[in-house]
Amino acid sequence: MADGIKDKVAILGMGCTRFGERWESGAEDLMVESFMECLEDAGIEKKEIQAAYLGSHFIDVNIGRGATPLSTTLHLPYIPVTRTENFCATATEAFRAACYSVAAGVYDIVLALGVEKLKDTGYGGLPGGVGGGVNAHMVGFNGTAPGMFALLATAYARKWGIPMEKVKDAIAHVSAKSHANGAINPKAHLRRVISEEQIKAAPMIAYPLGLFDCCGVSDGSACAIVTTPEIAKSLKPNEDIVKVKALAISLSSGEESTYNNWDGSYFATTRIAAAKAYEEAGIKNAREELSMMEVHDCFSITEFVTMEDLQISPKGGAYEDVMSGFYDLDGTVPCQVDGGLKCYGHPIGASGLRMIYAMYEQILDRVPEERKVKNARSGLTHNLGGSPSQNVAAISIIGKD
Amino acid sequence: MIGICSYGGYVPRYRLNRGLIFAGIGWMNAASIALARGEKAVANFDEDSLTLAVAAGIDALTGIDREKVEGVYFASTTMPYKERLNAGIITGALGLDEHVRSADFSGGLKAGTTALLSAIESVESKRINNLLVTVSDCRLGKPASSQEMLFGDAAVAFLVGDENVIAEFKDSYSVTIDFSDHFRGASAKYDRQWEDRWIRDLGFAQFIPAAVNGLLEKTDLAMSVFAKVVYPCHYPAARKKLNKVLGIAPEQEQNNLQAEIGESGTPHSLVMLAAALEEAKPGDKILVVSYGSGCDALCFEVTENINKKNGAKGISGSLANKAELDNYTKLLVWRDILPADFGLRMEEDQWTRFSSLYRMRKFILGLWGTKCKECGTPQIPPQRICVNPDCGAVGKMDPIRFSDKVGHVTSYTGDNLAASYDPPSIYGQIEFEGGGRFMFDITDCSFDDMSTDMAVSMSFRRKYYDEKRDLSGYFWKAVPVKEVK
Repeated sequence: MADGIKDKVAILGMGCTRFGERWESGAEDLMVESFMECLEDAGIEKKEIQAAYLGSHFIDVNIGRGATPLSTTLHLPYIPVTRTENFCATATEAFRAACYSVAAGVYDIVLALGVEKLKDTGYGGLPGGVGGGVNAHMVGFNGTAPGMFALLATAYARKWGIPMEKVKDAIAHVSAKSHANGAINPKAHLRRVISEEQIKAAPMIAYPLGLFDCCGVSDGSACAIVTTPEIAKSLKPNEDIVKVKALAISLSSGEESTYNNWDGSYFATTRIAAAKAYEEAGIKNAREELSMMEVHDCFSITEFVTMEDLQISPKGGAYEDVMSGFYDLDGTVPCQVDGGLKCYGHPIGASGLRMIYAMYEQILDRVPEERKVKNARSGLTHNLGGSPSQNVAAISIIGKD
Repeated sequence: MIGICSYGGYVPRYRLNRGLIFAGIGWMNAASIALARGEKAVANFDEDSLTLAVAAGIDALTGIDREKVEGVYFASTTMPYKERLNAGIITGALGLDEHVRSADFSGGLKAGTTALLSAIESVESKRINNLLVTVSDCRLGKPASSQEMLFGDAAVAFLVGDENVIAEFKDSYSVTIDFSDHFRGASAKYDRQWEDRWIRDLGFAQFIPAAVNGLLEKTDLAMSVFAKVVYPCHYPAARKKLNKVLGIAPEQEQNNLQAEIGESGTPHSLVMLAAALEEAKPGDKILVVSYGSGCDALCFEVTENINKKNGAKGISGSLANKAELDNYTKLLVWRDILPADFGLRMEEDQWTRFSSLYRMRKFILGLWGTKCKECGTPQIPPQRICVNPDCGAVGKMDPIRFSDKVGHVTSYTGDNLAASYDPPSIYGQIEFEGGGRFMFDITDCSFDDMSTDMAVSMSFRRKYYDEKRDLSGYFWKAVPVKEVK
């Protein structure tokens, strides 16, 4: 009988580049940068890595297909390397695959690396292309990512009968909080403190989302080396060991987009993945048991509804928690402690691992005082790919004993 | 009895005040002030002659069982395809059976009446019971030309058959002359014309009487018996002269809609006929004359069935649903006259895989989905496995048409990042009454009109134009249902 991933895998080391418009760096430079930090943290040699997973999403503007971009850049010595791709959850998928191959007992030490080089398109926002398949342009609406997620806002306002001004107030606080956290993080892409008034006055990108409701489009790479808790303890006998507590993933069944049982105001997948993750980790009350979170705030409204989908705020009640500072860095369950996608940045295929990195450095108490979450013992990451009606939600929970 | 069994019309929602054209480019042609009166109908950026014809066809088929339609004729001089049957696309969009006859009629502006005559004669042959005739044009005049002022976009459609005839066909008379007053070569974008005085004094003044007198002589009818006389001619002085010469009294003359629509080309005399039928009484005789490379003159007699209203919007319904196009440059950009910068995002090359389009044609052209035989759930796009989680039946689907369903907006946005001919790009989730939902572009509305729960109907539109391959792609969009006063 399968009994889940809890405590079967430990994170031996992690690395994460500075995210941003890395005009000077190609995907290869970014991979090397995150990998060298990770390898040093793990305290092992490259040849000890037995298998690797590469996460990267936009093949057409990035590194191309397959997993050879990783194996040939790092010069991995003829080991198995596999590409994972699942929209914005791509890096979490690489991490998940690495963890499962360790938990299965097939390998002892495995690398998961995510990378995305977005800033070679010549225009703002995410690249276009044929992400929805070669026939999508024949029938798909003429939209972009901010527009697809903006639909959440009009649907949320409709469902709960609350005026859009109130939604705007709450999502402005969501972004202001992430800007405050990003401003003090030297690796973050966007490092300016922005007021709620500035956020609400920004140019409209896709109603009701303005410029500051959208996350940074960034280049970057993040990675992890995972192993068994026993090996981790033997290699690092005097250090805290961060273990994987849960890995849950849920994909749309097509009901949201094709069956009239979803009102467009929430993520059906996140709700299911959260319930499974809490069960796997043995969490009874997420609001009280989690130390902190790093969620998929591609847009402020996404983070806002996710607070409810993760069972932290009551359904229809995220407004009160957000406005009261519950999710601020000094709040009860701090969220986006490194700046989030919003300000740390969002290189699609690296983001899931960056979120885990943010939790990892807090749990190991490696951040300076001003960024520190008090008593950070466990952290949740939530990585969402696709659009509100068709997506993948991936949740990881890590913690120390 | 054979004739017109139903009629429908479509005039695009946007109307451009001709004063705005003059304000924009009148400096180039000061004399065009004489034409800068009234407004002209302008197809939206996602409309063309083919989508206009579909809209008119849908209107004409209001209340009619589409399974019974046996063919589609399409007449236009501005068809999107030279090879690929345009009427075939229309047949698919109307959701008709594929075992029907369809054909394109083009060339001269009298192609509309010729298509109508061909349909009538086909039914007369008794080898076919009915045919839908769709006629439309979107002709383009160069900036600062008189054609730019005069031309407007419109479409009309008639179901021709021998059941429930509302206007019986009596007779016709045709004249064909190679008179190149207007012409466009095979690859020309703009209309080109010869001198107005020649067109007026030799063209209209000669050929319309030739066709009319030919028909009157053939049928032994006097002009005075006609309740309405329909003929296109945008020259006011020439109309006056023709009315005098032919003995057309003011109450007999059908308004040529120059101030409301403009000279619409191939459909024009038939747009006027559809407008005339809206006002007609049983027993009325109507004389219809087309013009362009000659003339067709047709005589109809209205029957008692005219009083049975089927709910079609007609020309007057379309005319009432209007919005001002407040900016002349929008038209220039929409017609690719002004090469605006749409941004690099627009330059992403996405080409059409025709083998894939063929497989998906029922969905893409006709907006067909599926309905589960087991649980009755309507679903779109077509599914193999029922989406209802409590059902999940495999391969038990019936086709179901969504194009004629009313939907409601459950979420929406106006996207300024998306490359668009009319930003912001508006779209949202549409939930159909009775079940089924899909994310659609929303068109023919301004963002300020949007609200959740508002009702929408479906409209066949040009989804994209692939400039590199001169290829128009079509799909359905949602249009807010408005109360037309």
